[in-house]
Amino acid sequence: MTDTVTSPDAGNAGAPPEDGPILAADGTPLARSLNRSVRRQKIRALALIAPLLVFVLISFIVPIVGMLLRSVDNSVVPETLPRTVVALEGWTASGPDDTPPPEVYEAFVLDIQKAADERRHTVVGGRLNYQTAGVASKFRQLGRAAEDIDTSSPEAAKAGLIDVDATWGQASIWQTIQTYDGEYTTGYYANAVDRNLDVDGVQARPDDEAIYLMLFWRTIRLSLIITVICALLGYPIAWLLSNSRERNANLLLILVLLPFWTSLLVRTSAWKVLLQEQGVINESLTSMGLIGSPLPLMYNQFGTIVAMTHILLPFMILPMYSVMKTIPPSYVRAAKSLGATDFTAFRRVYFPQSVPGIGAGGVLVFILAIGYYITPEIVGGTTGIFISNRIAYNIQSTLNWGLAAALGAMLLVAVLVLYWVYDRVVGIDNVKLG
Amino acid sequence: MNGSTRGGDGYVVFDDVQKSYDGETLVVKRLNLAIERGEFVTMLGPSGSGKTTCLMMLAGFETPTHGSIRLDGRPIDNIAPHKRGIGMVFQNYALFPHMSVAENLAFPLEVRGIDKTDRQSRVQRALDMVRMSGFENRRPAQLSGGQQQRIAVARALVFDPELVLMDEPLGALDKQLREEMQYEIKHIHEELGVTVVYVTHDQSEALTMSDRIAVFNDGQIQQLADPSTLYERPDNSFVAQFIGENNRLVGTVDRVDADVAYVDVNGTVVTALPVNCGDGGGNQTQLSIRPERISLGDAGDNVVDAEVKELIYLGDHIRCRLDVLGNDEFIVKMPNAASANAPTIGATTKVTWSTEDCRALDPAAIAAPKGTT
Repeated sequence: MTDTVTSPDAGNAGAPPEDGPILAADGTPLARSLNRSVRRQKIRALALIAPLLVFVLISFIVPIVGMLLRSVDNSVVPETLPRTVVALEGWTASGPDDTPPPEVYEAFVLDIQKAADERRHTVVGGRLNYQTAGVASKFRQLGRAAEDIDTSSPEAAKAGLIDVDATWGQASIWQTIQTYDGEYTTGYYANAVDRNLDVDGVQARPDDEAIYLMLFWRTIRLSLIITVICALLGYPIAWLLSNSRERNANLLLILVLLPFWTSLLVRTSAWKVLLQEQGVINESLTSMGLIGSPLPLMYNQFGTIVAMTHILLPFMILPMYSVMKTIPPSYVRAAKSLGATDFTAFRRVYFPQSVPGIGAGGVLVFILAIGYYITPEIVGGTTGIFISNRIAYNIQSTLNWGLAAALGAMLLVAVLVLYWVYDRVVGIDNVKLG
Repeated sequence: MNGSTRGGDGYVVFDDVQKSYDGETLVVKRLNLAIERGEFVTMLGPSGSGKTTCLMMLAGFETPTHGSIRLDGRPIDNIAPHKRGIGMVFQNYALFPHMSVAENLAFPLEVRGIDKTDRQSRVQRALDMVRMSGFENRRPAQLSGGQQQRIAVARALVFDPELVLMDEPLGALDKQLREEMQYEIKHIHEELGVTVVYVTHDQSEALTMSDRIAVFNDGQIQQLADPSTLYERPDNSFVAQFIGENNRLVGTVDRVDADVAYVDVNGTVVTALPVNCGDGGGNQTQLSIRPERISLGDAGDNVVDAEVKELIYLGDHIRCRLDVLGNDEFIVKMPNAASANAPTIGATTKVTWSTEDCRALDPAAIAAPKGTT
């Protein structure tokens, strides 16, 4: 009906009027008519996916957005100390012993008295303690003492506060409050890359406190090593799977999938049994007289690599298998009939066609590895843990959820960047996961 | 039976070759076949008849369980496929999807260490041969089925092999393209003088292209002959039924006198040429008569009654289905001549054929042919 040379016959309802939209038989625009006819189908499709959509939204999208917000959220300081924040505006410390004007003290004491009533003074203390160690205890102490401070005049408040603890007579604590007086902060991200945000800007942490960049680097390095080992070990198995007779292939596939039917914790613990100092491997080697003292096989990077390679191997094999299954044997036969040796036929014909499988498996294993937690936690010791273990530590032990969220967000960005790079290099359309 | 010369002499010789995959049944039963240099030989047969297995053994992708295959006088059983120098066209072309057309064609030259300028000129020549110049940089997926087919043929020929194997290469094409490619492959064969071993299950394809056809069934060659012999003088009932259209009459041999067999078909005795029906009386036999060798009329060696069941107008001729001696699938082709007075459905008429056009063969059914043993 896009034919423009249709005769201008009035009876021809389907013919387009000059420059107008194409009409359906009853004269309504075709696009609207089409929309109406497929609307039912669309509604039904939406209704069918709705339960999953809601589930994903609640269990996945919302927590991720919440995490991203938490990584920059600093609302506790301006909400708990509103007067102090206003009073501190414009003050700049001239030296370590310079103190803010008495009005700041008065505002602060009033804020703290109110916060102590609501039992919120420890929350803000905890928040500031992430930036300057020891602040939390000062705030806790203040919760008990604030009521007794005389707030009749600013000067009295100042004297009273310094009387409670000499820290309040120094510039540094006020500078910390001043630095973190906004609704949002980049402080957690600075911490996540071993930096500290203070009144002079971003400062590098001392070397003995720097840990996160090293952990990120280690996580990426070990994940890469694990991915490469998985690819090397998985490739021949995937090839065998796709080139065996159906019955043998099914049996092999069951063996590959067998680990999935066992708990992850059990599999990791099994490695513990094998690798520990008095474990199966060390005991066997010692009793055979091959080694004098037990080898350090776990609680280090070696243990993490071995156990994670084993656990992630199926995720490498399955995408490879699904790609290799689609490569007909006639390609290699054709290459051989054209004069290629077995090796050349593999290198020039088979391998290039199996690359999408390696890519899919590689991306899958790397992304899984980079966020792995349980296995490094159990067999990794201190030198074999990943960034995710540190995130868990910040959530469970130090309760610094902001920092944990910032670390998690960085991990997420790293995966997205990797995905983008991969899409650019290999093309995500070439990835077949099954 | 005894040793190396049984297959005879030839460029390609299958010598007592047997093949079994499971150790219980033979897929290829004692195959002897000699193919001359420059010949176009087709292995024709239904699926599962062992023809592709034979081709794969010749290419080196399967090893014979027994016997040996010789190429140009040398046994090739222990030579790896890539050293045999045999070009091959596969069923689904097997063009490498990650290489361009030019790279596909250059591949066999590259692995042979031919230098780049030489490579380019030979690729160009091969493309010219299949009339595909200008497609060098396309990927196989960007070509139509017929174009992929041409490239596959060009790739199998680009390194100048003396022997080319083709495994049902036209199976995936539509009818018209298939016929076009049949002529094209035949012309290339005539031009280059290469030896071609071609596998197909399509009998018209085999008849069009081949110098000789080996009809396979049940792991054996049923008959090896040129197309006209195969069609006009089939050795057994399988070949008669498999090649072309055939009218069957099942009867009992009454007696065989010199060159004439007297066969009792449902009470009527007709004369036939004894081919494969034994020489005594009482044997079951199957008579085979080609539809175009039968005419309506009452003058000839054999004249029998027929009832017209169906008439199909086909332009140049009329297909007439008759009930003859109890077989109501009896087909006669009548030329559409102006003088022909066409019979009407239900009418009773007489058909006639000459003794030598009616071949008395073995009684085997299609499903279980007895072979030539």
